Amino acid sequence: MPLTDPSLFIGSYPFRHVPHPDPDVLVRVMDREGIDHAWVGHLPSAFHRDPAAGNAELHKALEPYRARLAPAPAVRPDFPGWERALDEAVAGGAAAIRVYPPQWRLAPGDAGLGDLAIASGEHKLPLVLTVRFEDLRQRHPLDTAGDVTAAAVRSLARADEMVRLVVCAAGKDFIEEVHWGLTPDEQSRVLWDISWIWGPPEDHLAKLFRTIGPSRFVFGSQWPLRLVQAPRANLELLPDDFVGATLGDPAALYR
Amino acid sequence: MSSQLVDAHAHFLHAGCGRTDWADVNAARFRAGAKMGITCHVASVLGSYGFTSPTYFPSPADVTAGNDAMLALCESEGARVRMLVTVNPNHTAHALAELKRCLKRGAIGVKLLASRRADDPLLDPICAFAAEHALPLLHHIWQHRTREWPNQEISDGADLARLAVRHPRVSFILAHIGGGGDYQHTFHAVRDVPNILADISGSGVDRGMLDDAVCQIGAGRLLFGTDLTMETGLAKLRALGATGLLSDGEIEDIKWRNAARIFGAARLGVA
Repeated sequence: MPLTDPSLFIGSYPFRHVPHPDPDVLVRVMDREGIDHAWVGHLPSAFHRDPAAGNAELHKALEPYRARLAPAPAVRPDFPGWERALDEAVAGGAAAIRVYPPQWRLAPGDAGLGDLAIASGEHKLPLVLTVRFEDLRQRHPLDTAGDVTAAAVRSLARADEMVRLVVCAAGKDFIEEVHWGLTPDEQSRVLWDISWIWGPPEDHLAKLFRTIGPSRFVFGSQWPLRLVQAPRANLELLPDDFVGATLGDPAALYR
Repeated sequence: MSSQLVDAHAHFLHAGCGRTDWADVNAARFRAGAKMGITCHVASVLGSYGFTSPTYFPSPADVTAGNDAMLALCESEGARVRMLVTVNPNHTAHALAELKRCLKRGAIGVKLLASRRADDPLLDPICAFAAEHALPLLHHIWQHRTREWPNQEISDGADLARLAVRHPRVSFILAHIGGGGDYQHTFHAVRDVPNILADISGSGVDRGMLDDAVCQIGAGRLLFGTDLTMETGLAKLRALGATGLLSDGEIEDIKWRNAARIFGAARLGVA
């Protein structure tokens, strides 16, 4: 199965310097780390009021690399005419739609967000959420948005049977709170990336594999914010009975 | 993997910490350590880890019980485990007695938590003991202290720097640059204090963190470590080579030679 990382970005981060967050560098990193495909968001757009310009920049920047890098543009459902932005994303070959509820001050259960999730599902496009960009303890004083909440993820997963979610940068407690707060059908709509799940000695990833199953988890690194070596290291240090476990495939969410 | 890899920041649990899975967690550290090629876990036990007194403010009884558990582990595990003595500087006589007791039984360094600010005079007798016996001192650090946080009396790099300047014969290990807080502040705070080294442990794997550490502190003052997340330790180990800033020899320094220099190769049991 080709390895797809759905958690990646290009572009700068407003609160600290991030070394060379460029698509050509990303492709070299993917070659080095054995990552076949990536869903790529535009990092600055998470902090812009209107993501439209960032989406255009994203599409242009990824154009030479489309065989490997698929755009995941942002659509802001509290902006009038967001349906047009979604149509443009579909026309542009998006692999997924990115949303940033805390940065847009959208509360859990926001009706517009639910509508977007359903409309995206009708186009067979998952929503990608990033629970956090940085550790809470190191955030810039101006970075007050907070994290995506478990309640927000539960609400989206319950919105419609066509909804599919890829939730990145969540930890064990968050994942458990969402997963065990959903029906089996709803659980099957959510994939989790492993970028922020602790390995040994606490073995959070192994515990989640035992209780929830590896098929609900996907490879994710949060590049360019975090070291791309981390998720593979986490998989390599699993107990022997999980070495080589088959992860979920974000590209197969609608198959 | 090299033949030597010293984890300068490890912890073990014990029966008195209130967790039924304590032995599984310890076994997981050894399992992952073996896969990573860790040849020596330099470790401490932090009292009862909050079960009968707070992790960062351990009672004297819990300090002793934790150190006893650590001594027992050293005896059962041999060369793959070395001990840092945990003390609470608010209890000076007890802290010094623990240092003497555990040093006699093979401890190779000191572990300080967040029971008292790092530049407090109460730390001076402990540092004097460390200087007299050539014991490195690992100090828990919150990278950039901008306010108080619950359950700890946190210290940052600037606090530790003031202590280190007072005790130039002691090698201080600034804990976990990836362990939470603004590590960029830390690098500025300690770059001109040569007797402070920093361990690279912690759950944080920010891109650019290692590059900044190498550029501002230097490979000669960095130590490999894992603390609570060994997978991030392995990721950082691999990322060191990808920075393009380090020679093979400098990577070996970070992996074990700097630890051998400050702890002593014989005490550490490395070639």
